[in-house]
Amino acid sequence: MYVAVKGGERAIDNAHKLLADARRGDRDVPELSLAQIDNQLALAVDRVMCEGSLYDRELAALAIKQARGDLIEAIFLLRAYRTTLPRFGASEPLETSAMDIRRRVSATFKDLPGGQVLGPTFDYTHRLLDHTLAEQSEVEEPATAPADGARFKSVAELLAGGGLIEGNDPPADEVGDLTREPLSFPANRDLRLQNLARGDEGFLLALGYSTQRGFGRTHPFAGEIRYGEVEVEFFAEDAGFAVPLGSISVTECQMVNQFTGNGTQAPRFTRGYGLVFGQSERKAMAMALVDRALRARELGEETGAPAQDEEFVLSHSDNVQATGFVEHLKLPHYVDFQSELGLLRKLQAEFDARDAASETPMQDAAE
Amino acid sequence: MSAPVYNFAYLDEQTKRMIRRAILKAIAIPGYQVPFASREMPMPYGWGTGGVQVTASILGPDDKLKVIDQGSDDTTNAVSIRKFFVKTAGVETTTKTNEATVIQTRHRIPEQALTEDQVLVYQVPIPEPLRFLEPRETETRRMHALSEYGLMHVKLYEDIARHGHIATTYAYPVEVGGRYVMDPSPIPKFDNPKLSDSAALQLFGAGREKRIYAIPPHTHVKSLDFEDHPFEPYRHDAQCELCGAMDSYLDEVITDDAGTRMFVCSDTDFCEDRRAAGHHGPQGGPVAAIEKEGAHG
Repeated sequence: MYVAVKGGERAIDNAHKLLADARRGDRDVPELSLAQIDNQLALAVDRVMCEGSLYDRELAALAIKQARGDLIEAIFLLRAYRTTLPRFGASEPLETSAMDIRRRVSATFKDLPGGQVLGPTFDYTHRLLDHTLAEQSEVEEPATAPADGARFKSVAELLAGGGLIEGNDPPADEVGDLTREPLSFPANRDLRLQNLARGDEGFLLALGYSTQRGFGRTHPFAGEIRYGEVEVEFFAEDAGFAVPLGSISVTECQMVNQFTGNGTQAPRFTRGYGLVFGQSERKAMAMALVDRALRARELGEETGAPAQDEEFVLSHSDNVQATGFVEHLKLPHYVDFQSELGLLRKLQAEFDARDAASETPMQDAAE
Repeated sequence: MSAPVYNFAYLDEQTKRMIRRAILKAIAIPGYQVPFASREMPMPYGWGTGGVQVTASILGPDDKLKVIDQGSDDTTNAVSIRKFFVKTAGVETTTKTNEATVIQTRHRIPEQALTEDQVLVYQVPIPEPLRFLEPRETETRRMHALSEYGLMHVKLYEDIARHGHIATTYAYPVEVGGRYVMDPSPIPKFDNPKLSDSAALQLFGAGREKRIYAIPPHTHVKSLDFEDHPFEPYRHDAQCELCGAMDSYLDEVITDDAGTRMFVCSDTDFCEDRRAAGHHGPQGGPVAAIEKEGAHG
């Protein structure tokens, strides 16, 4: 006899126990510490903080550990935690020209004030597996030079001086926050940038790549990419001035894009902008490409490519939303499936009946 | 890093107020999708975050909560959501439809008629009934504003032209209070008649899509159809093997490798009630013989 499926609660509890066991793995292997994840998987921590929209290395490391290294799951954990935090307001705009630079490269000028600073980068490494890392390895102390405290103007600022690139007016209103107000279309650039900064690295990478291959070409040059520490300031109503909250590390990408001009505007360079927590040039560059592509309408350019389609890009960039909805297909759907089955059987029966009925006249015709 | 302390029913009071405002607006404009600032919940999008936020915002300490998925209290996601509210709100839970004050559901409306003391909260994946006809939100909002629903009727007409029937079997579109066309969430169309003139308040929450909408009590809800092709709810032509019901929505269960099938009520509470009252189908003994799980929570 059929017994209704019971015991869902016990099954869930046991599944969670099994998950905890699988997470820990072989008990003879030392357990990962959060400091190890933070230090040695620092770029994973950066990504989780960025797409999780929460700058806290320790919590991000915890999320990565809890998620068994599944970064989208870790991002989700951080987002869910972020929901519960009180919100005080928006910081003052980051002064990235005052960044303590660890890396800074420009693809548009051979040399520029402040110079090119390679910093810690995979660029120019040969992608050969380094078997010495398989064991405990001795690492040399890096070469250092005294910081000169100089502030490096960005390439965009240098170009702006000559009127060669568009200006960047600060938004007239308070900046939006799509975690507090539902996104509506058309969205302003502040909300678009917020959406892209939280967006999935892989999704933005593919969209940015598509613009390079002709689906909404933006003629980009990597004007400048810089990575380092910037101070975050918050305007305190009580004190009447901006107080520093601390510093965070960010990667900023300023794309310089061609613009042919139109009836009212002279030809000049335009900008695509990318800013992410931590060190992730891939994400910052892809974000800048997509940001510029999304400005097609504003600049009176031809639209129609996926990366230029605001609703398409902004509605599908969030990997927490995407993974939830894709994976919800594994939840039971048998009520709806039964409905479909019923209709299908009916349609098939009608099809067969029509088939049978049409046999006789066919034979008649053949005679 | 200290352990987070959560507010009653997880959401902070400010968020609840924001959601309640959206709910009030939704009730004032039946069937209209009200945008709201959906929060990230500790369960995945697509797994009921909209319903959970609505429930969290209307739940009080004296409420008695029932959570069903596919009509059953024991499907894993229903269990998980019920546990969430036991943990964060400490409210009493029940599997009895008539005892619950708030019922959160996915894909079904309970068989038993609801009363004016009850609220039914639906989990909604895609709130926009026109979405699969027009993917752009900017367009669909305009179509709703102008009551421009011709596209939907053309779709239903094309179904009839091609198949001889309207080929929508669940999430069957309805018109609420003579104005807005609404997606009733993926309930089988068998349940559609229960949407209309219900004594209970019906609230719909779509978390990922950030929309809330409502059917106030005693509101006329019409399933879209044509005069010569009237709306027909579908039901398997069978009786429940356990309780013998001839009028409930049935799940088809495959019982062996040879494809032998049987039908049982999808609404487990309804089925148990009937068996307790002495009804039984071909395979169902009295309810005492069925292994009963202890009270939840």
